[in-house]
Amino acid sequence: MSEPSRVEPSRVESSPVQSSSRGLSRRKLITTGIAAAAGVAGLGAAARIAEKYGLVPPDHGGIYGLGETLTYASQRLLTRHSLAREFSRSQISKPPFANEIEPPTDEFKHLQAGGFADWRLSVNGMVARPASFSIDQLKSYPSHTQITMLQCEEGWSYIAEWVGVPLSRVLDVVGVLPQARYVVYFSIEPDTWESIDMADALHPQTFLTYGMNGDELPVGHGGPLRLRLPRQVGYKNVKFLTHLTVTDSLKGFGKGLGGASPEFGYAWYAGI
Amino acid sequence: MSDVRATCYHPRVGDSACVPIAASAVPTTTVTSRHSGLVRVTHWITTLCFFALLVSGVEIIISHPRFYWGETGNDLTAPLFKLPIPASRRLVPTGYGYVLPDQNGWSRYLHFQAAWVVIVTGLLYAISGLFTGHLRKNLLPGKADLSWRGFSTAIANHLRFKGPSESEAWSYNLLQRLTYLFVIFFLFPLVIWTGLAMSPAFVSAFPATVNVLGGQQSARTLHFFVSLALVLFLLVHVLMVCLAGFKSRMRAMITGRVATHLERP
Repeated sequence: MSEPSRVEPSRVESSPVQSSSRGLSRRKLITTGIAAAAGVAGLGAAARIAEKYGLVPPDHGGIYGLGETLTYASQRLLTRHSLAREFSRSQISKPPFANEIEPPTDEFKHLQAGGFADWRLSVNGMVARPASFSIDQLKSYPSHTQITMLQCEEGWSYIAEWVGVPLSRVLDVVGVLPQARYVVYFSIEPDTWESIDMADALHPQTFLTYGMNGDELPVGHGGPLRLRLPRQVGYKNVKFLTHLTVTDSLKGFGKGLGGASPEFGYAWYAGI
Repeated sequence: MSDVRATCYHPRVGDSACVPIAASAVPTTTVTSRHSGLVRVTHWITTLCFFALLVSGVEIIISHPRFYWGETGNDLTAPLFKLPIPASRRLVPTGYGYVLPDQNGWSRYLHFQAAWVVIVTGLLYAISGLFTGHLRKNLLPGKADLSWRGFSTAIANHLRFKGPSESEAWSYNLLQRLTYLFVIFFLFPLVIWTGLAMSPAFVSAFPATVNVLGGQQSARTLHFFVSLALVLFLLVHVLMVCLAGFKSRMRAMITGRVATHLERP
């Protein structure tokens, strides 16, 4: 089919437009019909497979659902276990840039006055042993460090050394049930919560972070406790973490979009 | 005008665009496709996506109109350069006393969705172009044209704003061919690459894609410049369409049909 619509000169003279368009339209009709049928069947099958393997994001509805689903699905297929780039100590940004934070609530000020000794991270939902952890308890687990980049969806970025305990360790302690699919996490700041799938929750670089650049995690960077998720941009790295819920569905949380950011119009999956 | 005997004698021009018309035919008779259906459809989908990417890209830049080189950059580090525009974030030191509204949510959604559509469209165009011979016949320059003489003639014709010869009107001249090849096989792949090199998740799987560019902020700066080059191409492209006859060219790219007597600027 490398020479489309070669038309004999004799036929051209009689009726050039008709003869060429008629030849084209029949072939087009058949190929278009086959392609459309295959496309519909393929899309239906693809949607079922995607749902089964957890490739559909909670914000898949609406006009941007197609692009969002393609992005999340291909990221999950390509990058499920890949590690965020780590940097050398000499590449650490001095000083690290702290983005704007909301003025602290009275509750936060009270906890800060006590040196965050009474700060608690509670974990419930689809877990065998719901529990609550102080910062000191979290520090009693073997600490891990990563020198990774935090990049904001706005375009700026910095590199820091983050110290914490992998979220997977704490999830092990509480015993995540097999049907769990998401971890929803909440800040002490009002209306600040996000969620991640189990691939990100169990990822070795997903930290409950309490230290930064050899010191305590500064309040400006989300201290005393921040979820560090180096494979997703800044807004998924929620500051002032107080609560985790393990769940098999995001429908019961807010509008069911999986976080405050999606409800504000930002994508749930922010690995790009 | 009345003596259009063989509209198409140039050896490069594809058979599909080459139907001899009897001189006695009514001048406004239309002939078979100037552009194939696939070229027309992919052209306009790409156009639509390009505008979506441009508008959303500008909105995203407005949230941080500063550019850096290397891995990192933020309000505390010296920029390579900054755009003299206000920002949609309060902390960015722009020199303006006001902050624009935040548009990043839908802009990022739209940017990535349009990117998906344009990538699929581009692949469809490139792969089918290989099989139908469109790339070989219409975009690869003829050997004879790839000489200093060929270049100087083409450039001189452009500088004189000389309209296309009859043969060129049915295909593309040397400068068009080289420009389209450059845009399709260099600028588009580069803008996709530099875009993906900004994704923290993508580069976790393919770290070389950002490392060879010199870092994540370098990728962002390069993405900006490649986008500028594409905008420049768009402006020249539209200008050339106007000079060559806006109505006939638009008609050719929408319906595929061209009048046998070619409109002159």
